[in-house]
Amino acid sequence: MSDLRDLYQEVIFDHNRNPRNYGVLDDANRKAEGFNPLCGDQITIYMIVNNAGIIEKVSFEGQGCAISTASASIMTEELIGKTAEQAEEIFDNFHTVVTGGESDADIGKLEVLSGVKDYPTRVKCATLPWHTSNAAINQLDEPVTTE
Amino acid sequence: MQTISAPAAFDVAAVRKDFPVLDQEVNGKPLVYLDNAASSQKPLQVQQAMNDYYRHDHANVHRGVHSLSQRATDAFENARTKVKDFLGAASEKEIIFVRSATEGLNLIASSYGRMVLREGDEVLITVLEHHSNIVPWQLICEQTGAKLKSVDVNEAGELDIQQYQALLTNRTKIAAFNHVSNALGTINPVKQMVKLAHQAGVTTVVDGSQAAPHLAIDVQDIGCDFYVITGHKMFGPTGIGVVYGKQALLEAMPPYQGGGEMIKQVSLEKSTYAELPAKFEAGTPDIAGSIGLGAAIDYMNEIGIENIAAHEHALLEYATAKAGEIEELRIIGTAKDKAAVLSFVIEGIHPHDLGTILDHEGVAVRTGHHCAQPLMQRFKVPATARASFAMYNTFDEIDVLISAIKKAIKMFN
Repeated sequence: MSDLRDLYQEVIFDHNRNPRNYGVLDDANRKAEGFNPLCGDQITIYMIVNNAGIIEKVSFEGQGCAISTASASIMTEELIGKTAEQAEEIFDNFHTVVTGGESDADIGKLEVLSGVKDYPTRVKCATLPWHTSNAAINQLDEPVTTE
Repeated sequence: MQTISAPAAFDVAAVRKDFPVLDQEVNGKPLVYLDNAASSQKPLQVQQAMNDYYRHDHANVHRGVHSLSQRATDAFENARTKVKDFLGAASEKEIIFVRSATEGLNLIASSYGRMVLREGDEVLITVLEHHSNIVPWQLICEQTGAKLKSVDVNEAGELDIQQYQALLTNRTKIAAFNHVSNALGTINPVKQMVKLAHQAGVTTVVDGSQAAPHLAIDVQDIGCDFYVITGHKMFGPTGIGVVYGKQALLEAMPPYQGGGEMIKQVSLEKSTYAELPAKFEAGTPDIAGSIGLGAAIDYMNEIGIENIAAHEHALLEYATAKAGEIEELRIIGTAKDKAAVLSFVIEGIHPHDLGTILDHEGVAVRTGHHCAQPLMQRFKVPATARASFAMYNTFDEIDVLISAIKKAIKMFN
């Protein structure tokens, strides 16, 4: 049996209590909404992407569990300064790690979420912010859902 | 530990022996199964009845002249009689086997709803409903131009009966409401609600999914026009549910699905339909499921529904008192009349996180919106954690739940 502390590391609690880049970004030029219909979690991602295609600012708001809130919070820190391609690469690597796949990629701070791989029912909590960001970057009109 | 003894006639240890699934460890801890409102466990007697049927008697029903077909038909119809008695219906013709309560509600909405609803008519539901008693009405309202109205609850989660009465107008054709709320446990005053509806000339549909495992039901005493139940929440198998309908209504209604079993004569141009209840049972039914449901009813009758209700009531009172001692915990749904459900939120902990931590302690609860999103919106919570009790739960298990909740609070703060 895995230790609960592998899932709920101190960093997760920290981001859950004090989420970074939380709130509406008034001058955002990208926005997307995401839902997890199974648990009712909801997230909105705001972004400013400049003409060079670089993500200058990211923020989020919504309601979710500690895993999804921490994942969103850490994600916003990781995405600032990245291009759409770089963001996608980070998400691919992150997704591989949290779904228990083999990966040598360095996912930096996101490593604290790797405990999710032992909790299949919680993977969607961790990936919802990322799917939503992906939709924002690609300017998809339809809200994202995990189902 | 505080001890409260269950009624003398009721022996929870003996009951638990009939549910071997309860005797296991989850994450290294003894399983505490408190997700009964989502689906209850099945006693050996139910498993045995279904197994015996497949071992000895299986054939298709109402068809062959051979012995097995006759035995299968007898067992299937015998199960129908058990359901009729369980619900207090007047006749087997009023008992339709379906796949689930959801299918039952869709049958009523599609067949009866389409028959009576015209543009400008109204269907009245409540904010306490499970999605299965909301969406079928939305669909039929869209198709017929009828309007869907809804009754609110007070802060305790009790229906506003004055508002209900006011919303029963001469445009209202159907009122659909649950007997017991799956999300909060509120027991609704269904007999009074049916009476008020009938005074206004409104047909009533009662969703009894959450009532059947906990309360004695008598559809003739309640007076409702339709009542639905589902097998898997009352110790029976999944895949079987029942629609009770008053015979005159069922006779007037068009079939829900077409196919075998539900016909008298078929030509390529036209068919005539079978008598009740076959008219509403197109296709080969879930024969084993109906037999399993019959066995579940036998099991509940043997223990005594009053004994079950008394034990569960004691569990709920104990759990409510213990939960009330936790400062960070807020119970959602504090109706005076409640059955076997403790829905709650914890300050600073999302229900999903709580669910994972409780699972680590072996405790299975449901976390989420309980297929009742309008109700969650009403109480301004995205989700709740719900512990729901059945006849096999114990006071010790509630102590485990409470200490697991305290552990989670400690971890998060």
